Amino acid sequence: MLKMENIHMQVNNDSGEDIEILKGINIEFAKGKVYAITGPNGGGKSSIAKVIMGIYRHSKGRILLNGEDISELSLTERAMKGIGYAFQQPTRFKGLTIGSILKIASPEADPMHIRKYLRDVGLCPEDYLDRDLGAGLSGGEIKRIEMAQLLLRSPLISIFDEPEAGVDLWTIQKLLGLILSRYKNNTTKTAVIITHNEKIIPMCDEILVVDGGVITAQGTPKEIWHLIKDDIECKVRYQCQGDVIYDIK
Amino acid sequence: MILNKLDMDLLNTIADIKGVPSGALNVRLNGTAVLRQSSPNIMVGPNADGSGLLVEIKPGTHDETVHVPVILTQAGLQDKVYNTFIVGEGADATIIAGCGIHNESHAVSQHDGIHEIIVKAGAKLKYTEKHYGEGSPAGKRVLNPTTIITVHAGGSAELEMVQIKGVDNTIRSTVAHVHEKGSLKIIERLLTQDEQQAESDIEIILEGSDSTAQVLSRAVAQGQSYQVFRAVLIGKESCLGHVECDAILMDKARIKSIPELQAEKADAVLTHEAAIGKIAGEQLIKLMSLGLTEDDAVNTILEGFLR
Repeated sequence: MLKMENIHMQVNNDSGEDIEILKGINIEFAKGKVYAITGPNGGGKSSIAKVIMGIYRHSKGRILLNGEDISELSLTERAMKGIGYAFQQPTRFKGLTIGSILKIASPEADPMHIRKYLRDVGLCPEDYLDRDLGAGLSGGEIKRIEMAQLLLRSPLISIFDEPEAGVDLWTIQKLLGLILSRYKNNTTKTAVIITHNEKIIPMCDEILVVDGGVITAQGTPKEIWHLIKDDIECKVRYQCQGDVIYDIK
Repeated sequence: MILNKLDMDLLNTIADIKGVPSGALNVRLNGTAVLRQSSPNIMVGPNADGSGLLVEIKPGTHDETVHVPVILTQAGLQDKVYNTFIVGEGADATIIAGCGIHNESHAVSQHDGIHEIIVKAGAKLKYTEKHYGEGSPAGKRVLNPTTIITVHAGGSAELEMVQIKGVDNTIRSTVAHVHEKGSLKIIERLLTQDEQQAESDIEIILEGSDSTAQVLSRAVAQGQSYQVFRAVLIGKESCLGHVECDAILMDKARIKSIPELQAEKADAVLTHEAAIGKIAGEQLIKLMSLGLTEDDAVNTILEGFLR
């Protein structure tokens, strides 16, 4: 489905020096699987997602979608090819309604379909369709609307960037159920979830741990628990952040 | 039929009129009233000195609309009109005004519309005014609206004033007096392009206790256009007033926003907020991630912002 080959990405720091954020990422995302990308803050998880989407440009390597090199394609072109991204911190718009953004996400969707997806993320269509996608919405509401857009759009590869952030436990369980039922064993589509959530990670088919711009571990949840348990450096880093992410017993 | 296709297109743009609407109406074409009709509750007629209209909405009128659009298609015409609207006690009515100019010449076509609006005690008014210009780039389209509104005790008014596009110069003046327990909301949306200039002055005097006023201004300036927005809120009694000005700046355009608050009583609560900036990069990225081109994303953001 989607393959990243030796992907490097650089940015300039405040002093104008080049800093390498991704240092040779090699991943192949297969159809019908749900992937979790996890790892410490600043490790490069979201950068991988944004490089796939075309928001960030990689400096070396190539990205293949169903065998086609999409490295030079723009953000718009990649979206049209079937890559979708639900932002960790969704953007607010003054004057753009929730109904309008859902229609942009899926121009072919009929009103019934749009309403269904709003209900699926726990929002009542009657209350939300005509509301502004602006400052009047809570963080949790706007996050759910962001997810509804990607689920409705249903591209070949859907990337959910920390879907749990700002969303209540009941809703995240429901959303996870939607993602799993939609993508597991799907013959044409793939989901990638960037997450720290210990309930989400074990339910995915495959886990990638990204730290320091490289993939430090990859495998099934069972394999990854074991690797993390043995990865003292990684474990200490998590605990030093006061945020024990995994149940590593 | 006095109105041709061009006239009807302009009427559709500024007043959503596709045929001759039922109910009270006055269509002014090139300085002359070409369609005029009253309804049982809304009297539309000439004012005393013949300089414009007197529109009287009977007390207690419920949910009725009067259309008073103006269109200019005669090149070089300088049109000026003085209209008075009286919304009777307890009435609930909508006034749809607006002006469209089509100018294919090298001359200046100009319309100065002075509207005096009196909202009597307990009455409720919705007033919509859209301005639009089209035609040759060599010609100029100038629109200078003046609105003087008085909201009496317990009355309420919402003014929606929109400059759609194509107006080369505009000086908009709005003065409002709001009395006890009266409320006023002004929504202004302006788009300027190329070398166009727009100036909007709004002054609201909150005269009565428990009166309220809200001004929401949305502006988009493109090309080398220039906009000035001044909003003055004067609180003379216990009152609540808020001014919000948001503007998107593009290309080499310039915008100046000058809010002014003047409180004359300790119980007057007056606030303002203003923000001017370019289109946020993350908004463009978001829409492009949904498959829009950059141009389509910009248009979507601007249309939403000016909606």
